[in-house]
Amino acid sequence: MKEIIAIIRPDKLETVKAALEEIGCPGMTVTEVKGRGRQLGITESYRGRDYRIDLLPKTRLEIIVKVEDAEEVVQTIVKNAQTGDIGDGKIFVSPVEDVVRIRTGERGKNAV
Amino acid sequence: MVLDTGDTAWMLVSTALVMLMTVPGVALFYGGLTKKRNVLNTMFLSLIAFAIVSIVWVLYGYQFAFGGDMLMGLIGNPANLLFSGIGVDSLAELAPTIPTTVYIAFQMTFAAITVALISGAVVERMKFSSWMVFTVLWVSLVYVPIAHWVWGGGFLASFGALDFAGGTVVHVNSGVAALALALLLGKRKDISLLPHNLGYSVIGAALLWFGWFGFNAGSALTAGGLAGSAFIATNTAAAAAMISWIIIDILKTGKPTLLGAISGAVAGLVAITPAAGFVTVPAAIIIGLITSVVSYFAISWLKPRLGYDDALDVFGIHGLSGAWGAIATGLFAAPFINSLGTGLFYGNPEQLIIQIVAILVVAVYSFVVTLILGKIIDKVMGLRVEDKVEIEGLDTNLHEESGYRI
Repeated sequence: MKEIIAIIRPDKLETVKAALEEIGCPGMTVTEVKGRGRQLGITESYRGRDYRIDLLPKTRLEIIVKVEDAEEVVQTIVKNAQTGDIGDGKIFVSPVEDVVRIRTGERGKNAV
Repeated sequence: MVLDTGDTAWMLVSTALVMLMTVPGVALFYGGLTKKRNVLNTMFLSLIAFAIVSIVWVLYGYQFAFGGDMLMGLIGNPANLLFSGIGVDSLAELAPTIPTTVYIAFQMTFAAITVALISGAVVERMKFSSWMVFTVLWVSLVYVPIAHWVWGGGFLASFGALDFAGGTVVHVNSGVAALALALLLGKRKDISLLPHNLGYSVIGAALLWFGWFGFNAGSALTAGGLAGSAFIATNTAAAAAMISWIIIDILKTGKPTLLGAISGAVAGLVAITPAAGFVTVPAAIIIGLITSVVSYFAISWLKPRLGYDDALDVFGIHGLSGAWGAIATGLFAAPFINSLGTGLFYGNPEQLIIQIVAILVVAVYSFVVTLILGKIIDKVMGLRVEDKVEIEGLDTNLHEESGYRI
């Protein structure tokens, strides 16, 4: 099993969600987060003086999938979250040791 | 003189309008501009100032400010301490068609907002207890004497200073005191200014604008032509100043800002305050257009160079737009609007000198006495909160409350 963490633009969440549903991957955990990358934020002005907002709002998706589905999910996210401009975000993929469905006690692949 | 019910009704309404400027007007205007973790403390500074000044005013504040002149124009004669001897039907000496009680209440709201305005400079770092002590001392030793000098028949009034609704008494006074207190307190640890809820500030500024009709048109002390003239001049200057601030915004940064719009409107209201019942409507447009240039320059150019942390620009907006308004009164006062005032453009250059002297007297007195009071409070109980409190936020640490649970 793999854990896929994707940091995307908040305005791309709906598109990504719909696309993942279409490829049969409806489950996810979504959080509103703040962060920054190489772009280092944006500028706002206050009575004629500029301030840099260096942490921007992003949306973080956590998705656990079977190993063989991971690549397709990653590709789908990239395709649907991409604008080509700075600030599109990142995806991290890592192995997951075990999964437990609390309701039934099922473990491993069956619990995904 | 006999009581005029029309005048009395208008002055009762005006008093309530000016109250609305402090709470919630100033409280919301300032509250929206501070950080999320200090929003309640910021609003509280205005609320508690209003309550404390209300008590001081009826006990002895009004009496020293507006009692019969004594000590050669320095202070009023406190003949009616603790409200003694003020009859239900007695008429105000300085507004002889309305009851004394109404005049006292009207003037009380001015004293209260002047203190509340100062709080904008000290937000996010001043001890609440020290602010309460400061409020009592400052209104007693700074506001009351100055109100007497300019409005209560004191030496600046006999010198001929014109201040229709408080350009010097309220705005120069609070602006300069704010600067003194900001210098004593020092810079905030985090001096960034990113309004946590600009919408609050828009509502606050709108309530200030609304209440300002009571402030300025109410200062006619009668319900008639002069009140109407002050009313339309007030609105005109605010509108002109909002537009000119936005134009400067666009020229300097390429975009109009909502904060710029409300800052301009407030600057325009401040500037027209001393002039409202003396100038024509075209003069109000000029006063409004110019005042945004003055305040914008002070905030975006002067403040960073001088390095004081007047957090919400009380000096830049109230101090300097107030001074400009007082000078403009000396230029534009038209005798056909109000027979009491004739400015430079109507053949009385002396008025301009009188206005400048009045501004300087008020500014120097307010600055020096505020510094002394602040210093004493600092020695006795400390002015500033601990570092931990400042970093974590004043709301949870000083009040055990937080503004948002969402």
